[in-house]
Amino acid sequence: MALENQVKIEQSKIRNFCIVAHIDHGKSTLADRIIEKTGLLTSREMQAQVLDNMDLERERGITIKAQAVRTVYKAQDGEEYIFNLIDTPGHVDFNYEVSRSLAACDGAILVVDAAQGIEAQTLANVYLALDHDLDVFPVINKIDLPSAEPQRVIEEIEDVIGIEAQDAPLISAKNGINIEEVLEQIVTKIPAPKGDPNAPLKALIFDSLYDSYKGVIVFCRIMEGTVKKGTRIRMMATKAVEEVVEVGYFGAGQFIPCEELSAGMVGYITASIKNVKDTAVGDTVTDNDNPCDEPLPGYKKVQSMVYCGMYPADGAKYPDLRDALEKLQLNDASLNYEPETSIALGFGFRCGFLGLLHLEIIQERLEREYNLDLVTTAPGVIYKVHKTNGELIELTNPSNLPDPSEIEYMEEPIVSAEIMVTSEFIGSIMELCQERRGRYLGMEYIEGTRALLKYELPLNEIIYDFFDALKSRSRGYASFDYDIKGYEESKLVKLDILINREEVDALSFIVHADSAYERGRRMCEKLKDEIPRHLFEIPIQAAVGGKIIARETVKAMRKDVLAKCYGGDISRKKKLLEKQKEGKKRMRQVGNVEIPQKAFMSVLKLDDKN
Amino acid sequence: MGERESELYIHIPFCVRKCKYCDFLSAPADAQVQNAYMEALLEEVRESADDIGVPALRENGRGTWENAVRPGQDKVTSIYIGGGTPSVVDPVWMEKLMACIREHYRVAEQAEITIEVNPGTVTRESLMRYRHVGINRLSIGCQSTDDKELARIGRIHTFAQFRDTYRWARETGFTNVNVDLMNALPGQIMADVERNLERILGLDPGPEHLSVYSLIVEEGTPFYRMWENGEFEAKGMELPDEEQERAMYWRTAELLRSYGYAHYEISNFAKPGYESRHNSGYWQRRDYLGFGLGAASLYENTRFSNTGNLHEYLSYWGNRRAEAAWARGAAKTEKAASERVAPGSEETAGYRSDRRNERTEEQDIERIRVQMEALSVQDAMEETMFLGLRMAEGVSAAAFRERFGCGPETVYGEELRESIQEGLLERKESAAGGENGKGISEGDVRYVLTKRGVDVSNYVMAKFLRDT
Repeated sequence: MALENQVKIEQSKIRNFCIVAHIDHGKSTLADRIIEKTGLLTSREMQAQVLDNMDLERERGITIKAQAVRTVYKAQDGEEYIFNLIDTPGHVDFNYEVSRSLAACDGAILVVDAAQGIEAQTLANVYLALDHDLDVFPVINKIDLPSAEPQRVIEEIEDVIGIEAQDAPLISAKNGINIEEVLEQIVTKIPAPKGDPNAPLKALIFDSLYDSYKGVIVFCRIMEGTVKKGTRIRMMATKAVEEVVEVGYFGAGQFIPCEELSAGMVGYITASIKNVKDTAVGDTVTDNDNPCDEPLPGYKKVQSMVYCGMYPADGAKYPDLRDALEKLQLNDASLNYEPETSIALGFGFRCGFLGLLHLEIIQERLEREYNLDLVTTAPGVIYKVHKTNGELIELTNPSNLPDPSEIEYMEEPIVSAEIMVTSEFIGSIMELCQERRGRYLGMEYIEGTRALLKYELPLNEIIYDFFDALKSRSRGYASFDYDIKGYEESKLVKLDILINREEVDALSFIVHADSAYERGRRMCEKLKDEIPRHLFEIPIQAAVGGKIIARETVKAMRKDVLAKCYGGDISRKKKLLEKQKEGKKRMRQVGNVEIPQKAFMSVLKLDDKN
Repeated sequence: MGERESELYIHIPFCVRKCKYCDFLSAPADAQVQNAYMEALLEEVRESADDIGVPALRENGRGTWENAVRPGQDKVTSIYIGGGTPSVVDPVWMEKLMACIREHYRVAEQAEITIEVNPGTVTRESLMRYRHVGINRLSIGCQSTDDKELARIGRIHTFAQFRDTYRWARETGFTNVNVDLMNALPGQIMADVERNLERILGLDPGPEHLSVYSLIVEEGTPFYRMWENGEFEAKGMELPDEEQERAMYWRTAELLRSYGYAHYEISNFAKPGYESRHNSGYWQRRDYLGFGLGAASLYENTRFSNTGNLHEYLSYWGNRRAEAAWARGAAKTEKAASERVAPGSEETAGYRSDRRNERTEEQDIERIRVQMEALSVQDAMEETMFLGLRMAEGVSAAAFRERFGCGPETVYGEELRESIQEGLLERKESAAGGENGKGISEGDVRYVLTKRGVDVSNYVMAKFLRDT
């Protein structure tokens, strides 16, 4: 344990690795077992999942922020090895973060579910790992399931991915079966890091965390050179320069300071940095006084892909929302926001996210950790609007779309998607992609019964509910992964919604011209269900460029009466009335119509089949 | 201490068979369960006369032995035996119940004493026995006058059986009879509603009181499942929509008015002087104690309910009954023992037995008396508004002022103004004196729901709840 402080660690005794897997194949559980078996934690300290320490993560079963842990393993050869396990996010929203975490590793464990075999994310992640020149060895998990077919899965791995899998450990991470074998293979199959400790400093930032006491804690992998207290470091992309206050490594759930970090090591640096924006994931840290000649490859500026408006349900809470966003941003450089005003919703923020999951996480954190009641508008992507005067607008809020007469043309982001599906559902999945304006690129059979479908899809068609639709149309068998491909010209229009003849800006959204009518019609139907009856009749209309294309009517409230009172049970009656009152509180007044907050998200549910 | 008026509600949670729309706390049960229940119920009635069993009230010195105000000293002006179907229980229990009540509570001579009965569960003889123990008002569940309709909603009786029951009621001397009817039944059209009303109004003499409720398809009932599965439509028995239901409601009111009934509460109609005292008590916030499974109470501005769990109810009151018997026996033995043994030990013995009782009771009473809520002035004001508005006479500004020290305009100015503007509420000024002259001597202002206000009464009432 105290190894670090006294003895220089030999590079040959370090193993930097990560675990890649499809969602639910057991990545986090295996990570827990590795930490447990290497004895760093007593079982008493073991929470169900050590790496996922945010409540939200536990609930969703996915890992959001990359984290790392260092453990010590005494191998069968009698030597002690340092394991740096770097956890990677498990969702396509965070693909860039995944790639940076992988770049910090020398090898990867590929976990495949013995019953389900290879899935879309398995492939996406393993290719990503191979692209980063990682040595990958497979592990077959959940072998204790009755439906486990380890031999079939081994063959599948060899056929499809083309890596040796015959001696893959057959394990059950959940029940702790054969974990030793995994630990030994980490030693034998994952290479030790390389790099010259005396070269100019070159370290890769794979994550960072804001701590109110230490400032930003930079998670990094030292590629070349050495960093210690007092080193004046420079972030090569953001150009921030600071003096190092502390370096150290990752105990389980704690930071353990040490003398220095040298080539091959994984650890953290603090340097009284105030903002995570200065420590962008993928940036290179170097010594300001003895810089390396070029940064590590692969750095990209994070870019929000999905935008939505966030408003406090109670207008008076606007400053609270601003403070909360500010705090969240300290720790999340990929979240950005700027103030905006909606006629319907008042003062709020237009917020940018990596993807819909990221959006949902932020939304939930605002609601739970900051006790805010939010109204969120329909998420959209960034459209490029080329105006006739040559100006280019990056549109994140549909309300800001210029008059059609000023628009030359518009572009929207396109993704390349890979969908893995069993052959019986190919038809229905292709149909779904067609409905979502997908462009079919091709199909590969993985084995007799499964195929990999390749499509190009507009991002705005998949950000809402594509994943759900995919699951429901394949009875959960399809899996999905995508990459942003670029922008393409598209015939887009703004669909406006009028409630009681008043345009509700927060309900406007951008849609492809061909589906405007259909969407408008469904939107009206949806809103008709969402908006409660009032004392008067309320027309709901959809319009494109001032022309009404669909209409529904919320009839006037005919009755709202509860005749019976149960044997004097006044409390019950009062509760009913309170519920009604509470319901009203969750509404937004637009003109003289009360619109429930969730109606502003209705556009998301337009494709519900039932 | 001045005399206070209070009411008793007795819940009998048994019936022959659940009707398809019923979400009340009621179920069929064999005689053994019924007997055990009635024993427990009697125990509750007995014990509550001395101690209501609400710790909060005890702490305030309002529910204990020593203090002056206790239920036994209130004047009970109304007793209501409801269900379920109270008439499924052997009439001997009503005799015991009434005797028990009279032993432990001061029942006013003119008290209104009602029992709910259903055709098919009463005989001329059982009605006679109810009469003999002083029950003076009968509420008969008729619901419809059409046998097909009755069968469709799962009633156990025919219209002919209702007519028998009604005739026996008159023959045995009931001069205050209520008939329950239901509107908006599956497949019902306006003509059916009119037919039902006309048949009931054609009885000679007609009932003194009518309760007409519209069917509400409640979650957890067979009707709810049928509605979810679209079975009503499939059978061509669609539920009347809101428009039709409202038309039926107002047609009912119109017809009954033409026959001389006052529409004195949202769903209730009465010949002059026959308004149900008991139900009016709920709307006027008179104190009432509810006995039996799930029964609700309002006492000393505290609302509470009994547990709805039959097992808990039976075991608690069953134990209390056994303990009471034990204590009576033990007192005798201890007295005998203390006469023989040295002085001083008597105290110890007494202490021990007290402790034993106290512990079990304190633990269990919380399980039996549930949803205890001490009402704040705010709560009381809210209730005064939303309960008062159920009645045709509405909320009296003078009574409000007398009770709370300020008028409803002070507290609810905006809500009242808004509701009047929306055409849902009416401000009525009445001349000095009033009809019965009771309480309010000067000219009064009353806030009353308009017809439209009645239709959307929840909307109006919810306004008077303050944000929490």
